Amino acid sequence: MAGRVIVVTSGKGGVGKTTTVANLGTGLALCHKKVVMIDADIGLRNLDVVMGLENRIVYDLVDVAEKTCRSVAKALIKDKRLGNLFLLPAAQTRNKDAVTPQQMVAIVDELKEEFDYVLIDCPAGIERGFDNAVAAATEAIVVTTPEVSAVRDADRIIGLLQEKELYEPVLILNRLRPDMVKKGDMMDVDDINDILAIKLLGIVPDDEEIIISTNKGEPAVLNNHSKAGEAFRNIVRRLEGEEVPFMSLGGEPGLFGRFLKLMSGK
Amino acid sequence: MKIFREETPSKQQAVERLRLILVHDRAKVSTGLLELLRGEIINAISKYVEIDEDEIEIELNASDSKAELVANIPVVRVRRANE
Repeated sequence: MAGRVIVVTSGKGGVGKTTTVANLGTGLALCHKKVVMIDADIGLRNLDVVMGLENRIVYDLVDVAEKTCRSVAKALIKDKRLGNLFLLPAAQTRNKDAVTPQQMVAIVDELKEEFDYVLIDCPAGIERGFDNAVAAATEAIVVTTPEVSAVRDADRIIGLLQEKELYEPVLILNRLRPDMVKKGDMMDVDDINDILAIKLLGIVPDDEEIIISTNKGEPAVLNNHSKAGEAFRNIVRRLEGEEVPFMSLGGEPGLFGRFLKLMSGK
Repeated sequence: MKIFREETPSKQQAVERLRLILVHDRAKVSTGLLELLRGEIINAISKYVEIDEDEIEIELNASDSKAELVANIPVVRVRRANE
């Protein structure tokens, strides 16, 4: 049976697409799935860095498309931690036009026969890079943060995905800050569900560990102490069909709440 | 604590602004939404009044607080009840 082909997209840049792909890829591989991640952000590749694999690149997506490299398999980089996780990096010195949507479809068609999951890291924007990234996908994950600009772009992307016949994209709400939600200074999950009206796949809290993990090139999903890592592990289980309740992100109890908790002996 | 916070929480502003922005975005993006609307409005109204179809103006206007669909439809003649 052919694997699932999922594009991770957002419209707006900097909301955490690449981090999401790295964590979901690693998380799925931890669940013994055979996974390949494709960095479709030609010219601005980053997935290799987030994964800590930047020194191992020999061939890239453009080499595969142009057949400079004999086979797709030859361009795949094996993860240094997990033997069933692979990366097809983007080219850094070319632009988005170096690959066509048809070439992407051909490459993915080949990969999905070998892998359980093909995850595609879509570049920001709605032009050629987006067309390339979604061309071969049969499922889509939209990443947004609880900010007006990011949600607006997510809405636009949901419309564009539908034009590409990806009718049921699912949402990851990234970088939620429970403390700000509690103060009424950040939109919460319900507000965003209400506005975008697509199925929620997961909520990822804002977490300093993400920056630390990117510094090291080790996805947070590998870190048992990271809240964001835990959120990504939950998302992986949901992708695998498990019903996992959403993490409670009600914020830390205030001083009075903590006092009450102390008094009640819990 | 409420007395120290006179302003509405900024989240409320975010939600309201987003709603208005998306009314416009979605109307512009979905090709021919206003055209479709125009056609259906003409059909519905024409049953009761004769209108000047060439002079109809339909616009989506947004101010800071609300979005409105504004239709300007010149009436030529009102039909009789049994017409």
